[in-house]
Amino acid sequence: MRLTLKIWKQKDSHSKGKFVNYSLDAISPNCSFLEMLDILNEQLIRQNEEPVAFDHDCREGICGTCSLYINGRPHGPDDAVTTCQLHMRKFKDGDIIVIEPWRAKPFPVVKDLIVDRSAFDKIIQEGGYISVLTGGAAEANQILVSKTNAELSMDAAACIGCGACVAACKNASAMLFVSAKVSHLGLLPQGRIEAKDRVKKMVAMMDTMGFGNCTNTYACEAECPKLISRSNIARMNREFICAKVI
Amino acid sequence: MNSSFLHFSSITKKIWMALLGLFLMLFLVVHLGINLCLLRDDGGKWFRAAAHFMGTNYIVKIFEVVLFGGFIFHILLGIILQLKNWLSRPVRYKVTNKTPTPFLSKYMIYTGAIVLTFLIIHLFNFFFIKFGWVSTHVPALDDKEPDFLGVTRYLFSQPAYSIFYIALIIGLGFHLYHAFQAAFQTLGLDHKTYTPFITGFGIFFAIVIPLGYIIIPLYFLI
Repeated sequence: MRLTLKIWKQKDSHSKGKFVNYSLDAISPNCSFLEMLDILNEQLIRQNEEPVAFDHDCREGICGTCSLYINGRPHGPDDAVTTCQLHMRKFKDGDIIVIEPWRAKPFPVVKDLIVDRSAFDKIIQEGGYISVLTGGAAEANQILVSKTNAELSMDAAACIGCGACVAACKNASAMLFVSAKVSHLGLLPQGRIEAKDRVKKMVAMMDTMGFGNCTNTYACEAECPKLISRSNIARMNREFICAKVI
Repeated sequence: MNSSFLHFSSITKKIWMALLGLFLMLFLVVHLGINLCLLRDDGGKWFRAAAHFMGTNYIVKIFEVVLFGGFIFHILLGIILQLKNWLSRPVRYKVTNKTPTPFLSKYMIYTGAIVLTFLIIHLFNFFFIKFGWVSTHVPALDDKEPDFLGVTRYLFSQPAYSIFYIALIIGLGFHLYHAFQAAFQTLGLDHKTYTPFITGFGIFFAIVIPLGYIIIPLYFLI
């Protein structure tokens, strides 16, 4: 495949960035998107040019490190996959591919396509945990969990915190991410104890970080590589109302 | 009620938006009920009786204040939320977002602006007359009450006004199309059995209510 890439290049968070055009030849359709970028970087290094900086780690779709806004969609044109699981067969020979970093005030660009997603860490630090005392492991069946809640909690826990929800939302809202964390803990008995404090603190931090408001466009759900459901947002709203009113 | 409920976090603002929105939808139903009296072939007897009741009843007068407060807070919150949303992405994407989303959900602030335009025009055309803030060509009734039936006939007899009215009402329909279901989602009222019904009813509401309003100018035009 022959491709033209328009990639956002930015020296650091204080510099002004710009799009730079690159040409690539003989890219296999079986190549992953990140492997295609590796090939580009090897080419750039051979030409004594600076490679393109982009985030990646597991390359198995489970760590949430890779990002990239590709041709107008977070994680590219494929559904329910991360960028590392996107393959070049999803593109056509001769395509022009525009690659941008996640755009959101709480996700400042660090360099090129890498953004600082520590705003998510700060939200997690506010309540994305349960407080337990160390000691002997309790008997597993002592606290019963309904099958429905266990499934819903596991579904919410699938969130890898990649930030595609924020990147896709026209308001740069983090509601799907925060609601997934609130749900996966709040649906289980161990997580109920701190549920009220958790939702209040995490929402407060979400606002402090500068994420936008949810306007129920459900772009987050459409782009989530882990298919986190919008019903988590409704659950978080419910939890929030209960925590504030009752 | 916990006093911190008054602390406006992003979700609190959204909850108020949703509650006020649903309240305003109820008002639309009541207002449509009165408007449909115009279609009765009774020389405007029912409509005038309804207009008299709405203009003189003390409970309705109190309700009017609540209604105005509802409108103002709904509009203000909408603007505040939208400004925050714009500020949350100071650098826009070069490529327009191609995520598949419900079309009208992305344009609530704009359809809201259409509804606000309609509201302002409507207040000038009808509501402010009864306070004497706006004059009209149509003489008042014997008991000095404004002749709303006459005003309606006068305005809707002008095709340009009627077409403009219908266009703005269609804008209201677009606003309602997303608003109904979104209000329930914001209030956390999501259920695998009931949500499809709420979504369906929202679409029905967004079509039937504007249609009801559109029938009136068409009735006077044709």
